[in-house]
Amino acid sequence: MPANIKNAVLAGLVAVLIFQWRAPAQDDSLGRQAQAILAESCYGCHGSGQQMAGLRLDTGVRAVVTPGHSADSLLIKRVNGTDGPARMPMGAPALSAEKIATIAKWIDAGAILPAPARHWAFIPPVRPAVPATSRPAWVRNPIDAFLAARLDREGLNPSPEADRATLLRRASLDITGLPPTPADLDAFLADSSANAYEKQVDRLLASPHYGERWARIWLDAARYADSNGYEKDAPRLVWFYRDWVIDSLNRDMPYNEFIIDQVAGDLLPNATQAQRVATGFLRNSMVNEEGGIDPEQFRMEAMFDRIDAIGKGILGVTIQCAQCHNHKYDPLTHEEYYRIFAFLNNANESDILVYTPAEQAKREEILRRTAEIETGLQHRNPDWRERMAAWEDALPAQPAWRTLELAVDDISTDGQREIPMKDGSMLAQGFAPTQHTVKFTAKTDLARITAVRLELLMDPNLPAGGPGRSIHGTGALTEFRVEAASAEEPAKFTKVKIASATADINPPESVLEKKFDDRSGNRRVTGPIEFAIDGRDDTAWGIDAGPGQRNQPRKAVFDFEKPVENSGGSVLNLYLKQNHGGWNPDDNQNNNLGRIRLSVTGAPGAVADPLPDAVRTILKTPRAQRSAEQDQAVFRYWRTTLSEWSAENDAVAELWREYPEGSRQLVLAERTDDPRVTHILKRGDFLQPDREVTPGVPSFLNPLPDGAPLNRLTFARWLVDRRSPTTARSIVNRVWQAYFGTGIVATVENLGTQAETPSNQELLDWLAVEFMDSGWSLKKLDRLIATSAAYRQSSNVTPELLAKDADNRLIARGPRYREDAEVVRDIALEASGLLTDNIGGPSVYPPAPSLLFEPPASFAHKTWNVAEGPDRYRRALYTFRFRSVPYPALQAFDAPNGEMACVRRARSNTPLQALTTLNEPVFVEAAQALAARALKEGGTTDRDRVAYAFRLCTSRVPTQAERDVLLALLAKEDARLADGWLSAPDLAGLKTGADSVPAGATPRRLAAWTAVARVILNLDETITKE
Amino acid sequence: MSCQDHLYRGMHPRDVSRRWFFQQCGVGVGAAALMHLLAETGHAADDPLAPKAPQFPAKAKHVIFLFMAGAPSHLELFDYKPQLAKFDGTLPPPELLKGYRAAFINPNSKLLGPKFQFRKFGKTETELSELLPFLGEIVDDVAIVKSMVTDAFNHAPGQLLMNSGTMQFGRPSMGSWTLYGLGSETRDLPGFVVFSSGAKGPSGGDSCWGSGFLPTVYQGVEFRTGGDPVLYLSNPPGVDRQLQRDSLDALKQLNQMRLDVTGDPEIATRVNSFEMAFRMQAVAPDLMDIAKESKETLELYGAEPGKASFANNCLLARRLVEKGVRFVQLYHEAWDQHSNLVKDLQKNCLATDRAAAALIKDLKRRGLLDETLVIWGGEFGRTPMVQGGSDGRDHHPNAFTMWMAGGGIKAGARIGETDELGFGVAKDKVHVHDLHATMLKLLGFDHTRLTYKYQGRNFRLTDVAGEVVEGLAA
Repeated sequence: MPANIKNAVLAGLVAVLIFQWRAPAQDDSLGRQAQAILAESCYGCHGSGQQMAGLRLDTGVRAVVTPGHSADSLLIKRVNGTDGPARMPMGAPALSAEKIATIAKWIDAGAILPAPARHWAFIPPVRPAVPATSRPAWVRNPIDAFLAARLDREGLNPSPEADRATLLRRASLDITGLPPTPADLDAFLADSSANAYEKQVDRLLASPHYGERWARIWLDAARYADSNGYEKDAPRLVWFYRDWVIDSLNRDMPYNEFIIDQVAGDLLPNATQAQRVATGFLRNSMVNEEGGIDPEQFRMEAMFDRIDAIGKGILGVTIQCAQCHNHKYDPLTHEEYYRIFAFLNNANESDILVYTPAEQAKREEILRRTAEIETGLQHRNPDWRERMAAWEDALPAQPAWRTLELAVDDISTDGQREIPMKDGSMLAQGFAPTQHTVKFTAKTDLARITAVRLELLMDPNLPAGGPGRSIHGTGALTEFRVEAASAEEPAKFTKVKIASATADINPPESVLEKKFDDRSGNRRVTGPIEFAIDGRDDTAWGIDAGPGQRNQPRKAVFDFEKPVENSGGSVLNLYLKQNHGGWNPDDNQNNNLGRIRLSVTGAPGAVADPLPDAVRTILKTPRAQRSAEQDQAVFRYWRTTLSEWSAENDAVAELWREYPEGSRQLVLAERTDDPRVTHILKRGDFLQPDREVTPGVPSFLNPLPDGAPLNRLTFARWLVDRRSPTTARSIVNRVWQAYFGTGIVATVENLGTQAETPSNQELLDWLAVEFMDSGWSLKKLDRLIATSAAYRQSSNVTPELLAKDADNRLIARGPRYREDAEVVRDIALEASGLLTDNIGGPSVYPPAPSLLFEPPASFAHKTWNVAEGPDRYRRALYTFRFRSVPYPALQAFDAPNGEMACVRRARSNTPLQALTTLNEPVFVEAAQALAARALKEGGTTDRDRVAYAFRLCTSRVPTQAERDVLLALLAKEDARLADGWLSAPDLAGLKTGADSVPAGATPRRLAAWTAVARVILNLDETITKE
Repeated sequence: MSCQDHLYRGMHPRDVSRRWFFQQCGVGVGAAALMHLLAETGHAADDPLAPKAPQFPAKAKHVIFLFMAGAPSHLELFDYKPQLAKFDGTLPPPELLKGYRAAFINPNSKLLGPKFQFRKFGKTETELSELLPFLGEIVDDVAIVKSMVTDAFNHAPGQLLMNSGTMQFGRPSMGSWTLYGLGSETRDLPGFVVFSSGAKGPSGGDSCWGSGFLPTVYQGVEFRTGGDPVLYLSNPPGVDRQLQRDSLDALKQLNQMRLDVTGDPEIATRVNSFEMAFRMQAVAPDLMDIAKESKETLELYGAEPGKASFANNCLLARRLVEKGVRFVQLYHEAWDQHSNLVKDLQKNCLATDRAAAALIKDLKRRGLLDETLVIWGGEFGRTPMVQGGSDGRDHHPNAFTMWMAGGGIKAGARIGETDELGFGVAKDKVHVHDLHATMLKLLGFDHTRLTYKYQGRNFRLTDVAGEVVEGLAA
């Protein structure tokens, strides 16, 4: 019975949903009566909260009714007690005859439930008419009309326009995240043109700092951080993604494209590096590299996190609620959740090489010059084709290799997981120990074994595609050992002596790079394959051929001194010692092999095939059918075998020595072979897969376009479909939140049925439609908001207005609130003149207490080399973000740590914040620098200097009274310095080298001014947008 | 941790902070004006950290959680298994391992007999490891649960589950829930304080004491035993206490002037934040100075002034509770004995046994034990099967031991039993959710009713599970 009901419920659910969408307009009073009875007596056990026997009547009543036939309907039978084990409602008084009759009548009439009122946010927005208001003169654009109409209803008046300095500071902080300079202020104050303010807004929107400010807001939703999270929390390289966000926003990339690139950039035709980098959005999920984890379990966690980020960050719907069960409130089913999941499930967790524009140019130059040299060779040797063909024909035959089916000794991996792949290879995932010896065991029925071949294979889940797990995608093999036993006596292993080894790469001996320092003090080297059979732990076979050439498959062959001969087959133990990593496995110091395959042969004298796999593959195509590129690829290898061309070969090698290192970036890359199947996971548990599902979208949202392939790109396009009811509303609501402090719907992450009622739905809808009609341009939206009369209001508040609208939801005044963490820091840096304002690049390490990065504060040692140069004072956006050890000065001001998507920050006001701005080293250095700046640039009198410093921080000139307070402090501390109570060099930071004493000043004066500057930097107004 | 949701409670984020100081720290200028404003808006009584009455009369007012991170071996410390000793070196019964996943080992590894002797302690004749003689002295005051189970077998997820009731990030920790429910009794110190000692830091990192979607005022604050007890607590070089006072006075005057112009009550809160920071600068270093304790007390704990140790942290926990701090958590991440089981357990017990027992004794003699719940335990247990040669055990979620004392815990209670090999629970299973439910009950809460609405749903520490362990409460 329950199984039947479940199936029926599913069918019914679909039917009901379809039905509800097309509900005819008719008198549904009977339906309402029936619904009321069901709600009162049935929904308690068969409703949104509980679904006893899998039955949910509020959405799936059709499972138990046969429309038009009440007597045949299970519902009637059960409430009458004529069928089933117990009369319904179970354990409660029977329904009255009258109520049962009503239900029967309703069933006989077709069992039509009244069409539920659809939640406003699930109906696509239409552009509302702009309302007329009582104050047309105040209205600058439709935003104002919508707000004014509401103020009219509330009997409130808008506030007067803010003064120019306040307005420019507000717009500067909102649009660029930086306060205006005195020159900016002076220019604006002196501009008497009618559109002076609009010109400032346009200037700010064109500033490259716009992208930095708004990137930070997006990065919260994208849960950006520079480390993997969980216990190890090792650093990761993802700043190319951060820079892509900055750049895209600066270029005003249409928001729909911005989303498509991030969700499926890799699937766009001829995807560029930038489009692949954009998928880093999905890869910002955490990665658990703790020893002994099951990588699949945490891939699932990452998948859940991605869906959560898409829900909160793009759709504005809390879809993650349906991970374990049907959504309790919104019409989203458990199955629909996994149909979304299926769109995202078929991808590799890749980590690709990426290059800056300068590096790209360098690469192209190297490729071009290489081709020139090769063309020159071909030109001077017109018979090259014939010679190459002769070489190819003379290539020795390859021995037959038989792939070993490997079993791994779990203990030997030291917590690394070896995952068997379909081609017989093993892929190392999860924790990466820096020193371990993995033991594989394999049985073979080959009667005679003369050699073992080790292949190092590429894999999209390895750094830079592999074949190793090091930061370069390389690895090192310290020692290779084999033991053999007869299959008949599988316990009696004897050591197999390896006589010789060959490999397709034999680099010269070289000392390990610093990253792999094991703190033993020993000289540890990599070099030719002999190093893997020399019995020494300090030598290893290395495969790092340098940038541009290191990420390719490699192979080695180990020839036995005597063949292993067992007529009944043999069991082999194969030990791969990998000891060439560094001392700290929690800091990306492994030098492990990534994906390996082992095979055996009985052929005598086997050697490693010197030809690269790519060339070997081409040779399988008959010569006449090869393309010009394929010929060129074969030529590229063949020429290196000719000693007579050593000059040219050396010239090419020389060129490639300049090949750029590049950086890496986590991306999502669709799997081309072996596509993954998605199952519903019971209770969200990956160990409890239920039935299979295909990709699909929730039925309460817009449908997929007809005939579109069911892949991630279609899903990405669906997210930003013009018909999406929530996508545009969600982003305009968040942009509104960034300007006014609270969204039009305050619950910006959730516009669903549990969302807060919009403070002005017509305005939200108008903005959403206007946004889409304006080509999804964020800058146009910014301009619209920033130039509205509403935004220009003074933020001063009267007790009356505070009483009426404490949270300023009606916008009868301008916004006033403490700035975001990063802006708080950047204001201090900009005002003091310390800011290094270059854009982009690797994340930086400003001062932080070193104890944070050592146990027992941190799980393990983390590298944090405090920047001494210009990077000490970069914008806070660029501060390296360890998830498990958040940067304290930002954490104190509520910066999220990237463990999950965040679209609305807290805004607390705590003593830890006071301690930070008063005492934290960078804020103190800012005070010292601001003091020096005031002395240097602030004019000739102390009154002028106070005003200057004050204006740098707040954009306004202090009042007489304010000046007097600061001058009194200056006089008092100057006297205390003179009396020796305070140390001038300490206070002025002259020992820490923050600044030298400005001309005409003394250390004492600089110290006294530091005290004053510190107070100004700590003003509520300095860290607040007014 | 910082991404949260006040609005579902009908509170603006700003109000949360605004109200924090207002009542307790009415020292700020403009307080009278603010009082007037807030009284008019009806907000005055709504301070998120003000002490609050629980739902029911409570036994415990404070919690000290001694988090033995890394997961101590129940088999060497609490749960002696003669059969495990007997079958040492043999493979476990296959039916035991059905569906079992292990972190490092092949589950089908040989059994490893207990590595230490056990003896009986106290009037309750409780069997404990020879490594825990100090616990033996107070064992009659302690309740022991040998039937703990959890869902996680990796450290970070396990620690998150033990702290927040879920393996997922982004949920409030138990300290945050407690502070949310009860508020703080101290005006000069954070209400939820965290210490860390041991060889490593907690695997779950900062999220172990995060406030999740609760307001950030409920987040745990790390106290450091070297340098500043709280980050940036000391004045910077060249700034003495007088200059700090002068600076705050100037700030107060200037902020007041701005308050008069803008009318924004948040400014008054800012003034109060600075004043509390100033008080904390005086109070916290004094509190951290254990040299003020008697020689006898220092010896009781094995504490040494100036040294970073678990013993010092235990003593500091008592000092914090005396000052009204609601929840203190001590992490000692040292118990992950995949190898070196014998030596490391000896070392860890030397470092922790005496101090943990001293904490109970000290709280008791000061009359604080009745209102202070002390909990000792890690995130899971260890396998009866060996890891490596003969000196290690892997992660094991199916059975482990924790102990509790004070705060309404029934002294001498013994809850649960494991099977003959210490592999699974044979009697009275206690899930982490049940521990949380019990802890909340002792603090005066029905765990199903201490909720916070976030993203349209009511969340609680016990997620959708948890039953109070009746035998634990006195």
